[in-house]
Amino acid sequence: MAKKKIRIRAKMKGGVAEVKALMSHAMETGLRKNKKTGKKIPAHFIQDVTCTHKGNTVLVASWGPAISKNPYLSFKFKGAAKGDTVTISWADNKGGKASADAKIG
Amino acid sequence: MKRRTFLKGTVASGVLGVAASAGLLMPRMVLAAWPKAAFDATKIDDGLNALYGSASTAASGDIKIKAPDIAENGAVVPITISTGMKASSIAVLIEKNPSPLTCSYELGGDTVGFVSCRVKMGKTSDLIAVVKSGGKLYSAKRKIKVTIGGCGG
Repeated sequence: MAKKKIRIRAKMKGGVAEVKALMSHAMETGLRKNKKTGKKIPAHFIQDVTCTHKGNTVLVASWGPAISKNPYLSFKFKGAAKGDTVTISWADNKGGKASADAKIG
Repeated sequence: MKRRTFLKGTVASGVLGVAASAGLLMPRMVLAAWPKAAFDATKIDDGLNALYGSASTAASGDIKIKAPDIAENGAVVPITISTGMKASSIAVLIEKNPSPLTCSYELGGDTVGFVSCRVKMGKTSDLIAVVKSGGKLYSAKRKIKVTIGGCGG
C-alpha cells in the first residue's frame, strides 16, 4: 500500500478552523553520517509548505532541515465554514512534491 | 556603519514593497524565494537579517512559546508559538543549532497568530520566537534542555 504523504485533519472550533497535518518525509539535515561508510547523507528536507483555502493562501511555511522527521504542522485561521476544503502542498529541496486536501469538519 | 544601516533599511523596504505589490502571498513567488541565505546563516542576527532585513527585535510578553522545559529526545521537540498580535510572519530560531533559523511562516490575513510544529535541537539551547506585526519585529525566548541530541541520533 502506498504510504500517504500528507494526512490532514481540519475542524471548526469556535469560528476558527484548526488544521493539523502530518507529512511523511525523511527530513535529512545533510549533517548526519552514514555509520558504515562514513559518508555524509545528503540533505533532503521539505522547504516549502503552502496551505490554501478557497484559493486564498492561508499559510506559507519555509522550513529548514531542523524540522523533525515526518513533520507535523498545525495552524488556525478564520473565515472558513464546515465543509470547505483545505489544501496543503509541500516541495522539498530535491524537487519532490506532494499535495493533499481535506474537508473541514 | 551608517552606510550599512542605510543599506539594510533599503533592502528591507524593497522586500516589503515587492511582497505588498504581489498581494503579499503568491504561492509561486514564495516558492521561488526560499530564503537560502537565512537558513544557511550560522548566527541568529545573520539569519534574521537575511529573512527580515533587520535583526533588531523588541522583547514582547504577547508571544507565548509552548514547549517542554526538558526535551527527552532532541530529534523531536514539539513547539507551539502563539501571539495575540496581528502577525504577518512568525519565525523560530534555535540558538545552538548549526543554523539557528528553523522555520518561518508567512501568515495570511485571516490566519490566527498560532503555529505548531516539531523541531530538532542539537543540544540545550534558547529557542527564540520572532513575530512580525505591523512591520515591526517582536521576540520571546525560552530555554529548552535537551538530554539526547537531535543531530546524528
